[in-house]
Amino acid sequence: MPHFHATVRVGLRPSVLDPAGEAVCAAARRLGHGAIQSIRIGKAIEIRLEAPDAATARQQLESLSAQLLANPVMETWSLELHSQEV
Amino acid sequence: MDVGVAVFPGANCDRDVGWALAGCLGWRVTFLWHQEAALPRKLDALVLPGGFSHGDYLRCGAIASSAPLLGAVADFAAMGGPVLGICNGFQVLTEAGLLPGGLIRNRGLHFVCRDQRLQVESSCSPWLRHFAPGDALTLPIAHGEGCYHIDPPGLRQLEDHDQIALRYLDNPNGSVGHIAGVSNKAGNVLGLMPHPERACDQATGGTDGQALFRGLAHWMGLS
Repeated sequence: MPHFHATVRVGLRPSVLDPAGEAVCAAARRLGHGAIQSIRIGKAIEIRLEAPDAATARQQLESLSAQLLANPVMETWSLELHSQEV
Repeated sequence: MDVGVAVFPGANCDRDVGWALAGCLGWRVTFLWHQEAALPRKLDALVLPGGFSHGDYLRCGAIASSAPLLGAVADFAAMGGPVLGICNGFQVLTEAGLLPGGLIRNRGLHFVCRDQRLQVESSCSPWLRHFAPGDALTLPIAHGEGCYHIDPPGLRQLEDHDQIALRYLDNPNGSVGHIAGVSNKAGNVLGLMPHPERACDQATGGTDGQALFRGLAHWMGLS
């Protein structure tokens, strides 16, 4: 069975306040990075899985992301399926 | 009253709830391990306690919401059984889809631990039958991720169906609409960030919390 590697990125919806991101943004400006306009913090989840083909792997990962990795009430997610591993 | 209290790894308020219900009110309490897929017998109510189930990994309550026990909780709730989620238990109920909205990090980033003045917005939930809308009470809060979030259409639905149970009188965490607790449409499932079980023993700071539990028992015609 082929092995796949994927990254799921989860972040707060744009309409949801991210106080941690704002705190980091304030620190960045204190350090002189005046050009920084905003910072939003999310998480990147690295996943390895077995699947017969890329389409099936993507389907499983999309299901997992919607069901568990992100909460659609306040988060969005995106999936990056990397090339098949040997 | 014969009540089940859920036990999740990392949730540290299950024994507090046990003391409040058994020690202070004299109720029968059965602890329910999260891996159990069925309730041991017909129970009068279920409580999901506070704490940090599964270390708050991924999102608060997210991992616990997929526990086998939550299937039994959902079935119990669907049949009208009273379910109370306190703090992390509230987060678990939102993650499980048994309550609308979600809880995110406090606006001020601080973990807030203090006595909190609250106002009853709706007493349609059987857990709040002791109260009338507008009543004030004081309960302890202790959370870092208690900022209630729901989108504007969702908020309107909550208002239309009288699902906003409690509001903060001095919003400690940035919650939308100062919301401290919500119920499902039927009212039997209630989630709140404050800890009523920590306000049941006069020796540890007030007894306002007893009113929730006594109100439920009275409403059910039990003691």
